[in-house]
Amino acid sequence: MSLKQNLHNLKEKYKGTKMAPAFNAIHTFLYLPNEVTHGGTHIKAADDLKRTMNIVIMALIPCLIFGMFNAGYQHYAAIERAQGITSEFSLLGSFLTWDNLWIGIIKVLPLVIVSYGVGLLVEFIFAVIKGHEVEEGYLVTGMLVPLIVPVDTPLWMLAVAVVFGVVIGKEVFGGTGMNILNPALTIRAFLFFAYPTWMSGDKVWVYDAVERTGTPDAISGETILGSYAQNQEVIYSTWDKFMGFIPGSVGETSTFLILLGAAFLIFTKIGSWRIILSTFIGAAVMGLIFNGVVNADIITESSKFYGLMNTVWWEHLMIGGLAFGAVYMATDPVTASQTNKGKWIYGFLIGFLSIMIRVFNPAYPEGVFLAILLMNVFAPTIDHYVVQGNVKKRRKRLKAKTA
Amino acid sequence: MGLLSKKDTKLITDPLADNNPITIQVLGICSALAITAELKASLVMGVAVLFVLGVGNVVISLMRNIIPSKIRIIVQLIVVASLVIIVDQVLKAFAYELSKTLSVFIGLIITNCIIMGRFEAFALANGPWKSFLDGIGNALGYAVILIIVGFFRELLGSGTLFGIPVLGDSIKKTGLYATGYENNGFMLMPPMALIIVGLIIWVQRSRNKALIED
Repeated sequence: MSLKQNLHNLKEKYKGTKMAPAFNAIHTFLYLPNEVTHGGTHIKAADDLKRTMNIVIMALIPCLIFGMFNAGYQHYAAIERAQGITSEFSLLGSFLTWDNLWIGIIKVLPLVIVSYGVGLLVEFIFAVIKGHEVEEGYLVTGMLVPLIVPVDTPLWMLAVAVVFGVVIGKEVFGGTGMNILNPALTIRAFLFFAYPTWMSGDKVWVYDAVERTGTPDAISGETILGSYAQNQEVIYSTWDKFMGFIPGSVGETSTFLILLGAAFLIFTKIGSWRIILSTFIGAAVMGLIFNGVVNADIITESSKFYGLMNTVWWEHLMIGGLAFGAVYMATDPVTASQTNKGKWIYGFLIGFLSIMIRVFNPAYPEGVFLAILLMNVFAPTIDHYVVQGNVKKRRKRLKAKTA
Repeated sequence: MGLLSKKDTKLITDPLADNNPITIQVLGICSALAITAELKASLVMGVAVLFVLGVGNVVISLMRNIIPSKIRIIVQLIVVASLVIIVDQVLKAFAYELSKTLSVFIGLIITNCIIMGRFEAFALANGPWKSFLDGIGNALGYAVILIIVGFFRELLGSGTLFGIPVLGDSIKKTGLYATGYENNGFMLMPPMALIIVGLIIWVQRSRNKALIED
């Protein structure tokens, strides 16, 4: 008997019991269910929730694989730097190597497994208690979470944060589709506020840098934003920044792959191009304003904001988590604005605020997750005013017509 | 029949659970968020409110027939203010460090909605003995929530209980044993207190469906 039939039989056996949703979920996740709809109207649509989620995960896979190689690459590169060795970079010779992948496997894969394991466990428990089907919502969140945390995040912290994020960020509001805040970012925010030493600074971004602190083998893993914030020289070229050969959270470094993912999401009409584009525009505008401030000599080199303000505006789009946030997080259909005009405003403000927080927050030179969470809260308000504006306009038109 | 009649007992036990001032009436939230990062502070705050509300309710109840209803709020405020000043001075005299931690929040007991609420809703219409029981009951209900929140916040946030190291970094420093737990900085911030109060409300209402209002 095939696995599909086995699962179907299990489902039949547990029908009507408390555990039924759990078996249903496994069955429908892996296969097309055996049952078909009876009678009534049929709507045949290919883009159900499961398919939507799977497409986003497909768009994330390149970032994950890149992140696994990058985890190893940054580790060995930092060691070489600490020993004073400079070696020529080549894609096959020094990046896509088994050594790098191995570090990715032992460091990044556990993050993915813990994120999915804990998150889905919570989902299953809630489905069983509340007696509804397991929702697909966690599939994307579970993939996003490991990509937006530093590589050295302890697994138990991730587990605690995932429980918090799924329960407080989503289930208390009623589960998938009802949440106000993006659950993946809620998890990130929890980690950041609960364990700031593991989420920021110059050690956590490179594998083993924390362990080696204080030993003769100490290595540093300062991110580009961190270097700029401290007015330090940045050792990475523009090419490195665009392709993502830089330290950072696991999967958000490669702007190139993120843009490929964005193209895929826009092509499949899963992600909103309005939000993605307007986020980049917002960030660019804020970057230009800061560049203008520096050019007008309003602040001098002695200012603590100088380093980040002086960063060329287009570079702001490539470093930090802006691209990743714009493409995969801001576009979350549940928490974003729903109206087209609202999406422009929503995205623009995310980009605008991200760069503002990035420059002005001295403790933590990255603001994308805070900006997106803030705009998540405001998204319904934006929609409300867009809709009201439209109502007003049409009423005026009606009046002009009848008068 | 013992010291308290059945009705009197209800005056004390009701606010402890099914009519809790914090989780059901959602009053006095500000102080519950502000001072519960330490268990000791929560306890002292609870005791302070117990004193103010217990005595205040009796005083108001005794005066209830001579207070002109037009200026009753002012009279109530004067009573609370005097009692709060007594608490504040006692704390300053005998527990100076603690009064510094609690800082302005002892003074802000005056504005605690629970106290004015009980004066208005109960003491003005009932005799002194009943008012006393009601005051004690509500203050205890307030204190219970404060202590629960304070317990979790101090334990998970700083790894201590009443300042004694139990978990995390603080116990590691003493060298007794290591738990591998790391202090959760989020617990020490007021938002987490709000979330814990929310979780208590959640647990309470899922145990007693009658408390859920639409």
